[in-house]
Amino acid sequence: MKEIRIHGRGGQGSVTAAELLAVAAFADGKFSQAFPAFGVERRGAPVQAFTRINNEPIRLRSQIYEPDYVIVQDPTLLEVVDVASGLKEDGILIINSDFDADTFNIDTKAKIMTVNATKIALDIIGRPIVNTVLLGAFAGATGEIEAQSIKEAVKERFPGKIGDRNAEAIQEAYNMMKGAKI
Amino acid sequence: MAPENKIDKKKMVVVEGSYAVAHATKVCRPNVISAYPITPQTHIVEDLSQFMADGEIPNCEYINVESEFSALSALVGASAAGARCYSATTSQGLELMHEVLFNISGMRLPVVMTIANRAVSAPISIWNDHQDAISQRDTGWLQLYAENTQEISDMTAQAFKISEDKDILMPSMVCMDGFILSHVYEPIVLLEQDLTDEFLPAFEPDYILDPKNPMSFGAFADPNYYTEFRYLQEQAMQKSLKKIEDVANEFYDVYGRYYGGLIDEYRTDDADIIIMAMGSIIGTIKDVIDKLRDRNVKVGLLKVRSFRPFPAAAIKNALKDAKVVVVLDKNISLGLNEGALFTETKSSLYNTKLDVPIVGYMIGHGGRDIKVDLIEKIIDEAQDVMKTGIKIESQFTDLKEELL
Repeated sequence: MKEIRIHGRGGQGSVTAAELLAVAAFADGKFSQAFPAFGVERRGAPVQAFTRINNEPIRLRSQIYEPDYVIVQDPTLLEVVDVASGLKEDGILIINSDFDADTFNIDTKAKIMTVNATKIALDIIGRPIVNTVLLGAFAGATGEIEAQSIKEAVKERFPGKIGDRNAEAIQEAYNMMKGAKI
Repeated sequence: MAPENKIDKKKMVVVEGSYAVAHATKVCRPNVISAYPITPQTHIVEDLSQFMADGEIPNCEYINVESEFSALSALVGASAAGARCYSATTSQGLELMHEVLFNISGMRLPVVMTIANRAVSAPISIWNDHQDAISQRDTGWLQLYAENTQEISDMTAQAFKISEDKDILMPSMVCMDGFILSHVYEPIVLLEQDLTDEFLPAFEPDYILDPKNPMSFGAFADPNYYTEFRYLQEQAMQKSLKKIEDVANEFYDVYGRYYGGLIDEYRTDDADIIIMAMGSIIGTIKDVIDKLRDRNVKVGLLKVRSFRPFPAAAIKNALKDAKVVVVLDKNISLGLNEGALFTETKSSLYNTKLDVPIVGYMIGHGGRDIKVDLIEKIIDEAQDVMKTGIKIESQFTDLKEELL
């Protein structure tokens, strides 16, 4: 079983990202489960959402404490949230940032990768909404899901032009991470 | 031997638990829905409102109200007039319904209501436990608890069929853990319209409120008559024990899906330790049991689906070879220091030949997350009980001493 934790701020679509990830993983033939860290959501507050991906049906209902992967939508969260908490040593931490991964001083043995998802979103979607872009980055960095499945899940949720542009941005982020040196 | 689930992965879709329930309700063809939004039930009524706005629920009226008390009161009249009625609520909303719950049951109106179980105030908490529904246990409603979103979806159709049976005519609460099941996205088979039309016949009560043939419901019973009303309600509850089993089997015949009847068992065959619980915690416990079985710990699970009627005989039978029983409760009866499932399990075994030590843990109050480690610790302690007997009969788990 692979466990993913998404950090964001209220309004950035962390819960939607977790759901789309579950939809895409299921389309890939896996079983999946997505849920928010149930809180009193408000815009701007730190929020978390979780996704589990497994070959067998998922029964476990606890929150995720030792994720395989962590996605950080907003680099300002690094100052207020221990985003690497419990992250497995062989895991990957993906941060939306225009800085290189080695500029971050984070207490983890996991691999840190960055992607400038905000720039990709502004260039292609025209708005700084990064949740779907980061799913493309996740697919490229981890190989856990197919980029095509993410694109289809997003297009189904956001039909028309918005979905198409999101799909394009997802592919761009996927390509960047796929080619990234490890 | 429990039937094996035949779920076709090709028919599954990834949806939110609340959507699954709203869809199932729609497929059951309700005539009147009345509900008042309250976290974490809100998505269910939002989805149902959307279905109504889109014209997807024919022959149905959605009555907007200003409180939960009104929501259920509206259904008293609608159900008495012969309508298939649905509501959904949780926590303070359910507590506000308290008086009407008795009325619906006393008038033998087969209303079905989803409870997205949540803790009760004060202090205010929007998160899950079972205190809300458990506190309504004596109101004469059936209470069924679901393990996952597939089960809560399918249980909705089962509940209508059980409640509307002419031997039963008692209302049902179908209980799902708030947030944990109401807000989770996971793959399920949405309740099938064609199969449901086959499984669930139209609601056709013998007695209805009708201006052309006037009669009274629940009007007045002096001491000459009141006792018999209560007796007949209890008789209906007793009959529902078999009905719940029958309907679970009929459901399996039509849909190929089964989750247990009154109870379900998991790896109990040779189990020394049997854990009893209700709701979404069941899945986590199954994972822990598989892990501990690999270490040769003989532990199994007794899942209680029906809390009302209380399946005393089924529970006794399932526990007959256990060496220790552990009951997990997401509720407490203050002043007794016990959860309700624990108290009632003990009570149902008294005056029988079965003498097995039973210990109780109150767990997950106000949404405190139930981790795998905690279940493992409880099972470790059960092994000590097996060796040295009961030291603490009933206790809180996961207490933060530093806050006391």
